[in-house]
Amino acid sequence: MPSFVNVEKCDGCKALDKTACQHICPNDLMVLNKETMKAYNREPEMCWECYNCVKICPTQAVDVRGYADFVPMGASVVPLRSTDSIMWTVKFRSGQVKRFKFPILTTPEGQAEPTGGWKTEPDLEGPVLFTEPDSLGCDVWTK
Amino acid sequence: MANFETVTVETDLLILGGGMASCGAAVEAAHWAKKNNLKVTMVDKAAVDRSGAVAMGLSAINQYVGLKEGDNTIKDYVNYVSQDLMGVARDDLVASIARHVDGSVHLFEKWGLPIWKAEGGGYVHEGRWQLMINGESYKVIVAEAAKNHLGTDNIIERVFIVGPIMEDGVLKGAYGFSVRENKFYIFLARAVFCAMGGAVHVFKPRSTGEGLGRAWYPPWNSGSSTFFTLKAGAEMTCQEVRFIPVRFKDAYGPVGAWFLLFKSRATNAFGGEYMVERRPELENWKPYGMVKPIPANLRNWLGMLDVMEGKGPIYMRTEEALQKIADKFKDDPKAYKKKMKELESEAWEDFLDMTISQAILWAASDVQPEEKASEIAAAEPYFIGSHSGASGAWVSGPEDLAPPEYFWGYENMCTTKGLFAAGDATGASSHKFSSGSHAEGRIAAKAAVRYLVNENPPKPTVSDAVVEDLKAKTLKPLDLFAEHSGFTSQTDVNPNYIIPKMFMFRLQKLMDEYAGGVGSQFTTSKFLCERGLELLGLLKEDSQYLGAEDLHELMRAWENVHRMYQAEAHVRTILFREETRWPGYYFRADFPKLDNDNWLCFVNCIMDPVTEEWEMLKRDIIPMFKAESDHELLGG
Ligand SMILES: Cc1cc2nc3c(=O)[nH]c(=O)nc-3n(C[C@H](O)[C@H](O)[C@H](O)COP(=O)(O)OP(=O)(O)OC[C@H]3O[C@@H](n4cnc5c(N)ncnc54)[C@H](O)[C@@H]3O)c2cc1C
Ligand code: SF4
Ligand code: SF4
Repeated sequence: MPSFVNVEKCDGCKALDKTACQHICPNDLMVLNKETMKAYNREPEMCWECYNCVKICPTQAVDVRGYADFVPMGASVVPLRSTDSIMWTVKFRSGQVKRFKFPILTTPEGQAEPTGGWKTEPDLEGPVLFTEPDSLGCDVWTK
Repeated sequence: MANFETVTVETDLLILGGGMASCGAAVEAAHWAKKNNLKVTMVDKAAVDRSGAVAMGLSAINQYVGLKEGDNTIKDYVNYVSQDLMGVARDDLVASIARHVDGSVHLFEKWGLPIWKAEGGGYVHEGRWQLMINGESYKVIVAEAAKNHLGTDNIIERVFIVGPIMEDGVLKGAYGFSVRENKFYIFLARAVFCAMGGAVHVFKPRSTGEGLGRAWYPPWNSGSSTFFTLKAGAEMTCQEVRFIPVRFKDAYGPVGAWFLLFKSRATNAFGGEYMVERRPELENWKPYGMVKPIPANLRNWLGMLDVMEGKGPIYMRTEEALQKIADKFKDDPKAYKKKMKELESEAWEDFLDMTISQAILWAASDVQPEEKASEIAAAEPYFIGSHSGASGAWVSGPEDLAPPEYFWGYENMCTTKGLFAAGDATGASSHKFSSGSHAEGRIAAKAAVRYLVNENPPKPTVSDAVVEDLKAKTLKPLDLFAEHSGFTSQTDVNPNYIIPKMFMFRLQKLMDEYAGGVGSQFTTSKFLCERGLELLGLLKEDSQYLGAEDLHELMRAWENVHRMYQAEAHVRTILFREETRWPGYYFRADFPKLDNDNWLCFVNCIMDPVTEEWEMLKRDIIPMFKAESDHELLGG
C-alpha cells in the first residue's frame, strides 16, 4: 500500500491545529480515524507516492512500501526534510544503503518577496507584466 | 437532499486551481488588483503548497529561452514548438509565453528556488531550453510568493470546482463543494480564470492494481479544466493531441538526464538502435521527420515499431553511457571517482525530486546502472497541453502578436466572454511546462484585470432556483447512495447506482479498446471511434446513477464525469481528423498517412452547453514568421 502509517509512531497530530498528512495530500487520501486517532491511506491505489505525507509528518510515522503489483519487496526510501535541505536514505533489497543530500531553498522560509525586489510600474495596457522589464533583464520582445 | 449549507462568495476575479498557472495568475493579479481596487479569490481542491503536477517537486525547469543571455530568440522557440507538434501550433501564443517566461524563472530564483549555476555564474542547462534545479520544494516556493501577494484570506483550499454557472450564455462564476465539511459553494465572479490542469485515468493505465495511481501524470488532475471550459461554451482546440511520454518502465521516472546529460542510447533487445535503424521511416513524415530535434511523437513511433515487431524490451543503456564516461577518465582514477560520485548523485536526484517511485523501484530491484541497462516504455495517453500534448481551450492571442483571426480583445480569453485560461487549460501552445505555465498565468491574469477595468462587467446575480438546481445535481450521488445502499449486503454492488471507481474503469476500458490506448497499441479507426462514441453515450446516460458514500467519493464521482467529457472531446476530434499526424501518440489505421493538403490545420470543437450537441471546425494555421526555407527546416 503505497503510503502507510506506523501505528506506534502516529499520535494523530493531537498537539497540532490540523492533521498534517490529511492537510497536505494532493489527492485527499490521508484521513484520521477519530476512534483510534491514527491516520490511514483510504485509497492506496490512487496514491502517486509523492511523499508529501511522509515529509510533513512530525513523528515520522508515514512510510511508503512500493506498489505491490510491480515493485519487489525489501527496499525503502526515507526523506528527512529541513527548512533548507533534504536528506534521503535509500535502502536496497540487498541491504546496500545510499545517502543523498540536496538543497531545497536558498532564502528564509515563508519570506518570498513577490516582486523579487524588482520595482517597476508598467501600464495596464500593453504586454509588460509586473516587475518587467527588470525581472526579464531585457525589454519585452515584440514583432 | 443531503443537508448542506450554501456558501456564496462574491469576487471580481476568480482563480480556479492553485497549480503553476494559477500561482502565476495570483501573484500577477494581486499587483493589478491592488491598483484597481479589485478582489481576487483563488480556489483549489487541495493545499496550494503541494497541489497539481509539481506537488512532488521537479528536477528541471523545461522552458527557459535565455533572452537576456542572448542564447536564443523568440523565433527559435516558435519554430521548435511548431515542428515538434508536426506543424500544428499557435505561434502567437507560443511567442507570447516565450517572451515572458524568463522573467518568471528569475522570480523563482529570487523566491528561493535553487537553480544550478555553472562556474561562470550562468545557469546549468540540461538541454537547449532546460535548466537544472534542486526542485524538491519548487511548488512550495511558487505558492509562497502567490500567498504572500494575494493574502491567505483570499485563498480557499479543499473546495472542488464542479462547473461553471451559466445563464443565457453568460458566465457568472463557478460552483463546487468542500471536501471537508457539508458546504456547497457558489462563486459569483465578474471574470474567471481557469487552470485546473490536464487529465489522467481517461485511458486505462498499464498498472491496474495497487499501482493504478502511478501514472506518469498525477492522479488528482482529472479533466476539470476541459469540463469547465466546454460547459461554458468555449471553443476547444487540439483535443486529439494527447501526450504519451516514454519513461523508465512502470515507475515512469524521468529519462531526460540519461539522454541529455549522460548521452545514453536507447536500444532494443537485440542491441539495435531504433533511432538509427529506422531513420528511413522518418521520410514518411516529411518535413517534420527531417527536423532536429526529431518531434517527440516520431521518436516514440520508431520505438513502438520495434515493440510491435517483437524486438522489445527497449532499454536505456545506462551501463554503456557510464562506461563511456569511465573510458574518458581512464588515466585519472581520482578525477573519475569524483565525476562518478557527482553523476550518481545527479541521477538519483532526478528521481528523488520528481518520481520517488522510480528510486524505490531501482532500490527494490537492486539496479546498478553501471552494470545493467534499465527498461523504458511508452506510458499511456494523457491530456497535458502545457507539455508535449496540445489539448485545451482556444484563446485570444496578444494584440501586438496575433493576426485578426486569433485576436478578440484580451490575451488568453476563451471564446466565452470573461473566461480566461492558462497552463494545461489552453491548447495549441505546447512546451510551456512549469515555467511557461506560470508566465502564461501572469499574462492571462493581467489581461483579466484589464478586461474588468475596461469593460466593467456587472456584478453577476443568480436566482435561488438556479442555485438549488445546481446544488441538487451536485449532491445527487450522495442522495442516491443514502437512499439505496441499505438494499444490498455490500454497498459497492447495487442495482440502483454505480460507484465512481467502477464508472472510471468502464470509461478506461472503452477508451483503451476503441480510442487507441495501450491495449490496442495506440491504434484506432473510424469504426472503432464510432463504436467508442456509442459506448460513451451509454456511459453518459449512466452518469446520473453515480453514487457516493461520502464527500471524498462525491469528489471522485465528479472527477470521473469530467474525465468522461474529456474522453468525448478526444474521440470526436480523432474521428474528425482523417489522417495520421502524430504517430507515436495515436495511429488512424484507416488513414495511416500525413495529409498536409487537407489537414495541416487546427481541429476545434464546441459543445453547446445546454443541448450538448457538438460542432467540429477546421481553423487555419497562420505562421508568425515567413515560411521556413528547407535549409532552415532541416536544422542546417
Ligand atoms: C510527471 C511530470 C513531470 C514534469 N516534469 C517537468 C519538468 O521537469 N520541468 C517542467 O518545467 N515542467 C514539467 N512538467 C510540466 C508541469 O508540471 C506543468 O506544465 C504545470 O504544472 C502545468 O501547470 P497548470 O497550472 O496548468 O497545472 P497544475 O500545476 O497541475 O495545477 C492544476 C491545479 O488545479 C487544481 N484542480 C484540479 N481540478 C480541480 C477542481 N475540480 N477544483 C479545484 N481545483 C482543481 C489542482 O489541485 C492543482 O492545484 C511535468 C509534468 C508532469 C506531469
Ligand atoms: S501527520 Fe503523522 S502523526 Fe499526524 S496524523 Fe498523520 S501520520 Fe499521524
Ligand atoms: S504519498 Fe502523496 S498521494 Fe500518497 S497518500 Fe501521501 S500525500 Fe497522498
